[in-house]
Amino acid sequence: MDITQDEYQDEYPEKEQKATGKAAPEKTVKARYGIQEAATRLQTRRAAKQRMIFFFFRGAAIINGLALFIIVFFMVKNGISAISWEFLTQVPRSSMTQGGILPCIIGTLYLSVGAILVALPIGVASAIYLNEYARPGKVIRIIRLGINNLAGVPSVVFGLFGLAFFVIYLKMGVSILAGALTLAAMSLPVIIGATEEALKSVPDTYREASLGLGATKWQTIYRVVVPAALPGILTGSILGISRAAGETAPIMFTAAVFYTPKLPDSIFDEIMALPYHIYVLATAGTDIEATRPLQYGTALVLIALVLGMNLIAIVWRSRLRKKLK
Amino acid sequence: MSDNNIKMASEHLDFYYGDFKALHDVSLQFRKKQVTALIGPSGCGKSTYLRCLNRMNDLIPISRVEGKILLEGEDIYNTSWDVVSLRRRVGMVFQKPNPFPKTIFENVAYGLRVNGIRDKSEIEKRVTESIQQAALWDEVKDRLQESALGLSGGQQQRLCIARALAVEPEVVLMDEPASALDPIATQKIEELIHELKQQYTIIIVTHSMQQAARVSDKTAFFYIGKLIEVGDTDTLFTRPRLKQTEDYITGRFG
Repeated sequence: MDITQDEYQDEYPEKEQKATGKAAPEKTVKARYGIQEAATRLQTRRAAKQRMIFFFFRGAAIINGLALFIIVFFMVKNGISAISWEFLTQVPRSSMTQGGILPCIIGTLYLSVGAILVALPIGVASAIYLNEYARPGKVIRIIRLGINNLAGVPSVVFGLFGLAFFVIYLKMGVSILAGALTLAAMSLPVIIGATEEALKSVPDTYREASLGLGATKWQTIYRVVVPAALPGILTGSILGISRAAGETAPIMFTAAVFYTPKLPDSIFDEIMALPYHIYVLATAGTDIEATRPLQYGTALVLIALVLGMNLIAIVWRSRLRKKLK
Repeated sequence: MSDNNIKMASEHLDFYYGDFKALHDVSLQFRKKQVTALIGPSGCGKSTYLRCLNRMNDLIPISRVEGKILLEGEDIYNTSWDVVSLRRRVGMVFQKPNPFPKTIFENVAYGLRVNGIRDKSEIEKRVTESIQQAALWDEVKDRLQESALGLSGGQQQRLCIARALAVEPEVVLMDEPASALDPIATQKIEELIHELKQQYTIIIVTHSMQQAARVSDKTAFFYIGKLIEVGDTDTLFTRPRLKQTEDYITGRFG
């Protein structure tokens, strides 16, 4: 922890005063006494103020952590009884009041992986263009504005867009492909933002050194800049996708169906997915009350999946960082 | 330009950052296998001038150059010049050591790889030679596969010099290469410059007049974007022709 000057004085007030008192020559001590007294009086007020403000900040941080803890605790408490080997590896039975959720797990995994495969290259390429190639100007400002606004579009609108464009207009039908593309479109702004931040944090001295050796701009980007930015790019992107993977609205019209016992064998198949399954069980199931544990169990699996993806991102980043050092 | 000993020269060079004219009519010649020092107070344009010589200023969108810079008699600002090959021939060492976050070996091999050398043993040979040339070999020979960021500042700067030498440049530009280093590391860099001038044309920007006096054959004094005086280092420091030069080198301003 950093110790600021204020905190230092806070902890060692006598020492500080003694030191200044000693340093000042005899004569001026009296003349300066006024300001010293004022400073001492102010000091207690300043210290109190600082303590109060830090108390609020600390409180805010604790509430944040607590929120996650409460959510996870609640899910575990209510859902753990539903979790079993059977639950994770079987298809739903008896109108989804029994059996497992394997098709939903597979479906969500396919959707996430598909979204990454589509969004990562496009997002990283856009960010490289915006940050490394494009000359600042009106066009870039407009593109950036578009990307920023895309981030603010509600997920249900992405769902409707996916339905209108991918499912109907491009005739993909309700399918993994349409769902993954919709999720990809939704996570693009996040990936572009994360990648741009990561590229900006690469020092210009790397670029200069590379260009100075007779490397082209492209060689500089893919041999020096992108490797240095990779940890940030990957984490930001995976966080963006895992956020999207938990969404219901973008997939409910484009990829997920109420019930299908069949595991998909092509990207044009419809699937079940965890978030939509929770929604279905909780609002339109055949016996909503009786399937409560199943709902919580499914939610628990979804949370575990999302946290798992985030964890992979974090571990991956720290590995890459270590490699760069 | 009939003089065969002139490696590089600028003729009536003006440089603009937007509307601001940073260099006024600078004409200067650099002889082969000589060290030329560019001195002058901060903001006088010496670094800007240096960065014109390998067109590093091209990276600044609003900058503009007028006049000529000749490498072996050919204008490098001519549109037919390939800036990438220019920078291979005119290498640069920067103010702060800036090794890549790669291994020591890969730092030096980088320039070879981007310039199309694939042969493994060839790369190994040239990396070894360059590190030896930069007087760093004994210190790093057992840790070539370790990260370059683990080296000390002085070692990093010598690695950057090795990296620059590996692509066999004809001219080496140095932008205050020792300003971020301690006196011992500085001394090593200066000894190195002495060695290197047997093979390369070196142009060095420095804030230290002692350094200019120690390492250079010629010295050029810049002030507010103009070249004030240029001459043999010994002469310039002992018998400067102009009052402005004398004031600067005797420490009366700057």
